[in-house]
Amino acid sequence: MIEFQAVTKRYDDGTVAVDNLDLTIADGGITVLVGPSGCGKTTSLRMINRMVEATSGTILLDGQDVHAQRPATLRRGIGYVIQNAGLFPHRTVLDNVATVPMLLGAKKAAARERATELLATVGLPAELAKRYPAQLSGGQQQRVGVARALAADPPVLLMDEPFSAVDPVVRDDLQDELLRLQSELGKTIVFVTHDIDEAIKIGDKVAVMRVGGRLAQYDTPAALLANPVDDFVAAFVGRDRGYRALGFLSAHGVEVAPLATVALGSPVEAARAKLDSGWAAVVDEAGKPLGWVSAAGLSTMEGSVQAADLVSGGSLYVADTGGRTGSLRAALDAALSSPAALGVAVDSAGAVVGSVSAEAVLAALADARKAGEVPS
Amino acid sequence: MNVFEAVWDWLTNGDNWKTTLGIIGIPQRLGEHLDYSWPPLLIGILLAIPLGALIGHTGRGGTVVVSLVNVFRALPELGLLVLLVLSMGLLLATEALTIVLVAVALPTLLAGTYAGVRNVDRAVVDAARGMGMREWEILVKVELPNALPLILGSVRAAALQVIATASIAAAVALGGLGRFVVDGFAFREYQQMAGGAVLIAALAIVVELLLSAVQWLLVSPGLRKPRTRSGVR
Repeated sequence: MIEFQAVTKRYDDGTVAVDNLDLTIADGGITVLVGPSGCGKTTSLRMINRMVEATSGTILLDGQDVHAQRPATLRRGIGYVIQNAGLFPHRTVLDNVATVPMLLGAKKAAARERATELLATVGLPAELAKRYPAQLSGGQQQRVGVARALAADPPVLLMDEPFSAVDPVVRDDLQDELLRLQSELGKTIVFVTHDIDEAIKIGDKVAVMRVGGRLAQYDTPAALLANPVDDFVAAFVGRDRGYRALGFLSAHGVEVAPLATVALGSPVEAARAKLDSGWAAVVDEAGKPLGWVSAAGLSTMEGSVQAADLVSGGSLYVADTGGRTGSLRAALDAALSSPAALGVAVDSAGAVVGSVSAEAVLAALADARKAGEVPS
Repeated sequence: MNVFEAVWDWLTNGDNWKTTLGIIGIPQRLGEHLDYSWPPLLIGILLAIPLGALIGHTGRGGTVVVSLVNVFRALPELGLLVLLVLSMGLLLATEALTIVLVAVALPTLLAGTYAGVRNVDRAVVDAARGMGMREWEILVKVELPNALPLILGSVRAAALQVIATASIAAAVALGGLGRFVVDGFAFREYQQMAGGAVLIAALAIVVELLLSAVQWLLVSPGLRKPRTRSGVR
């Protein structure tokens, strides 16, 4: 557990970066500090491992004042990941990861063995071990940065905007990877970002900070979206927060209706006969959706339905078959992004099980509200 | 006979490569030149690299380095040498020469080391500190290895300057390859004078090549300019 008790950071020129911060960070979860530039989120993070010294107040790490230890000793027990990874350019990927175990006195061979395991843990192929950081992509570098922070198996991980400098697709991968890692490792992670979407996606709890270094709200992502404490938080959380809040509600109540499907390669006439309201989904042998055909489209086709003739589909909604349950947001997005206005519902293997409509999602939402399942 | 042929004849004349009857040949002059050059270079390295590294690491005293470098660069080497020999006496002429050559090497080495350490990516240094490296570990394990290309570059540059400047030894009755230049001028034997200059230049080139090879061996492959960029973004 990490406790901030009335922590203030005031610089010599009088600017206050963090103002009287009280915050308790629970073990085994991801706590995100989020806020606009100048809100003191990075300063707060860096006071935990004393990269910045607090002006007043106390920071306790598992009940012990961080000032009880020498900074270097303290830091060796805390994982640290920064933007652009900060890998050592002169060391191989393997030796970068082996750094902290070596600082802690491990033998080179043992440290490298541990590093090799960690590369696999963060999803990097073993052949990258002998490369140098300059030979890696930004996403790969950031994975190495995470592996390096985990090398000494610290209970606490500090991550300072680790994914800000990579492109959105890679960032999404890295976030998923972090969540997967966390489900296996259960570290206490403090994560700083300026991106509220990232905060809501990965945070178990989110601390929204405002300029001047004050804590505005500290809550779960769902509560933050449903119940912003003031206008600042509401504005920061964003315009379509009502829509995004649906991401925290299970879609188990959404009716999955039958969906007209056509196998790829079916004769055009057979496909036309199956259309429902002018549309049918096209599936492969395994029942996975490939796209859509419409009445208008079929009228210009000859012979059989080919992959090149399909209208591409929208996002998919994983219906609650086999453990995984999609959210209302996924169901609604599937319906809204589909050319036929019908979202394709699939099972956990990706095969089509039916369709969801926007009306069905809204009906399920209304039912959930009546049942008191929606936080308000 | 044109000047190139004359110089070539002088350089390839076997008599010039032998020391006979008090007339000193090329190999011995070459040895003297090297003997004048390596101590100041070594002293310069031992003084400038620790100092430059410390200033680069702490970031304090950068302006002092810059002004010091400028002062030293403005020194007239020949004038300084003559002044030192006059005040220290001709018996200490070699020592006086060493002092002048240290003064020649120092600014280049100091500036190179300072810039090399200072220019290491601050994010890398921040990561090193955040991982729990002590300050000396940051300097020795992270900053110096990453500064090595610039530091060794400054060693090469300083070596060239020292070898070139060591020719002024002849002006205070010492030896070295500069002897040929000074004597050739005095006796109007221009092939000897030009031949001496060619030898000094050749020595500088050979030393440069050797130091480049050392640099290739010492600098981490991770810091070499990538010829191909692998890895998929």
